Amino acid sequence: MTVNKTLFEKLWDAHLVAQPAGRSPILYIDLHLVHEVTSPQAFDGLRAAGRKVRQPSRTVATVDHNVPTEPRGTPITDLIAAKQISALQSNCKEFGVRLFDMDAPEQGIVHVIGPELGLTQPGMTIVCGDSHTSTHGAFGALAFGIGTSEVEHVLATQCLGQQKPKTMKINVHGRLSDGVTAKDLALGIIGHIGTDGATGHVIEYAGPAVRELTMEGRMTLCNMSIEAGARAGMVAPDETTIAYVKGKRFAPVGDEWEKSVERWRSLPTDDGSSFDKVVEIDAAQLCPFVTWGTNPGMVAPVTGRVPEVNDMEESNRRAAELALQYMGLEPGRRIEDIKIDRVFIGSCTNSRLEDLRAAARVAKGHHVSSKVRAMVVPGSQTVKRAAEQEGLHRVFLDAGFEWRESGCSMCLGMNPDILQPGERCASTSNRNFEGRQGRGGRTHLVSPMMAAAAAIAGHFTDIRNWKYQ
Amino acid sequence: MKPFTIHRGRVAPLDRVNVDTDQIIPKQFLKRIEKTGFGQFVFYDWRFGTDGKKNPDFVLHEPRYEGASILVAGKNFGCGSSREHAVWALADFGFRAVISSSFADIFANNSTKNGFLTVQLNENEIAELMRRANDIDDYQLTLDLEQCEVRDDSGFRAKFPIDDFVRHCLLNGLDDTGLTLQHEAEIAAYEERHPVPAALANSRISR
Repeated sequence: MTVNKTLFEKLWDAHLVAQPAGRSPILYIDLHLVHEVTSPQAFDGLRAAGRKVRQPSRTVATVDHNVPTEPRGTPITDLIAAKQISALQSNCKEFGVRLFDMDAPEQGIVHVIGPELGLTQPGMTIVCGDSHTSTHGAFGALAFGIGTSEVEHVLATQCLGQQKPKTMKINVHGRLSDGVTAKDLALGIIGHIGTDGATGHVIEYAGPAVRELTMEGRMTLCNMSIEAGARAGMVAPDETTIAYVKGKRFAPVGDEWEKSVERWRSLPTDDGSSFDKVVEIDAAQLCPFVTWGTNPGMVAPVTGRVPEVNDMEESNRRAAELALQYMGLEPGRRIEDIKIDRVFIGSCTNSRLEDLRAAARVAKGHHVSSKVRAMVVPGSQTVKRAAEQEGLHRVFLDAGFEWRESGCSMCLGMNPDILQPGERCASTSNRNFEGRQGRGGRTHLVSPMMAAAAAIAGHFTDIRNWKYQ
Repeated sequence: MKPFTIHRGRVAPLDRVNVDTDQIIPKQFLKRIEKTGFGQFVFYDWRFGTDGKKNPDFVLHEPRYEGASILVAGKNFGCGSSREHAVWALADFGFRAVISSSFADIFANNSTKNGFLTVQLNENEIAELMRRANDIDDYQLTLDLEQCEVRDDSGFRAKFPIDDFVRHCLLNGLDDTGLTLQHEAEIAAYEERHPVPAALANSRISR
């Protein structure tokens, strides 16, 4: 009798190294991505214990969180940040780990470069000391964020002890309408299930609306899984996935490619498999969303209003009141009447070529409002070069957007790109937590098209009515 | 790792839900390359004004909660970023445990690696502990990991769930990297069956 398995279960079983009695199962990790912020203490731990990196060739590092987005070569004025970056450089050298450094043509946000270099492949287990590692699940990989102790554990053993998560299927039927993107789908889902709706679960996104997404769209969707509390998010590999991976620098070639593709085609969830939880979403009911509060579950349709606290469940009221106070908003305000000061187009959620194309299409022939400062931060040097090849930078610059170097930038403001207290920002990033983009800064999460339109209008506006030039 | 067996200490109530790791330790303090010294920055934006002065209204600055080593907070504690600095900061500030009705997965994992206990109780129990920490002066709890039990001196007693292996590591202060390396033979056998893909193995030499 064959047992029907989900995509997750197939990957889990294929990576089990040992299941010792009385302890967590030990999983093999195919790819370990490393960046400057969550790794220095892990390398210190290795040194203190006299351990090596077990598989340097399965370990790939880059610098992204701290790097300034001014032209490369400008000295880093933040000396503590500079020290963290140089610690990664010397750790990679000492332990033989490949590093895509500041000046490398491959540098970029770790979750952007993994896929575009073909490091990320279906069927892999992938970890990184960063919660948005869930992004790589778009390829049908089991990819999740870990803390620094676990980074050290993986460096030393290429394995990780993990309690087996539960499974959740999010089935998205119907079709997304024009102007409604993968970002809106992600926000719609989190608004529906809540920021802890998937805690302890690995999500598999399925259904026709997910199948129709490009790889970039699937990455955006899986990226935001952590904002619903999920351990990971996944999309089963299909022809879209295979076409994306083919020919990438680290993708298999020749016979190895044929064998890999055959294996990848066997990964999708078997008919008749069961999940611990199933959520149904109707794509046709979704619209462009804007967050109004201080967590990604506090969303409203762009055509809607800031919600009335009294209409909420009692357990949510206090959090909503605190959020509105922080955001400087009052219930009943029309979302389209909210004026903004800043726009950030970038982050591991929405900084890929397709995102920039979508934003540029909106920006073309328009000009950023005189009250708004807007910046575009490509996810990687590869994205930046490709965008420049197409002339997207011209479109942005002509429209009054700043065109910057790649990195995490104002998604979390570890580099100099931050909001000032009270500034309100339309952001394509993933978190609207208090102070996330700068102390006292007010973040509204939106899609790249919605962000570009807000930059031009000076306030949120429904992209479905946009006058394209 | 410091073992956690039984701990008795003062309780501070943080009556907020979805306390994210950006609040526990804001990003500007993540640039240090050590594991130590993060306690001074814990809940920084809530504890200090933009002028750097202490916010006297923040609960941890109330004299009656000084020296608290147990934090009680609302659901989904530790959500967001994977930064282990959040646990380092709480521990360095003097906390040994957080009690909540739910924890984000990565935060809970990070806690166990640092001998820091996350205690999950139901929402009614959390509400009761919040009330007692508010009403009773120098309110103290005992966290007993041997018995998986939380209790006070005035009749509160509740069991909490915890994974057996996690409990075992905490009780004995075990480093799980060492435990995994005991499975060297199995890891080596797995690697024999799953060699490093050629594209990864070769390119390392070229860079």
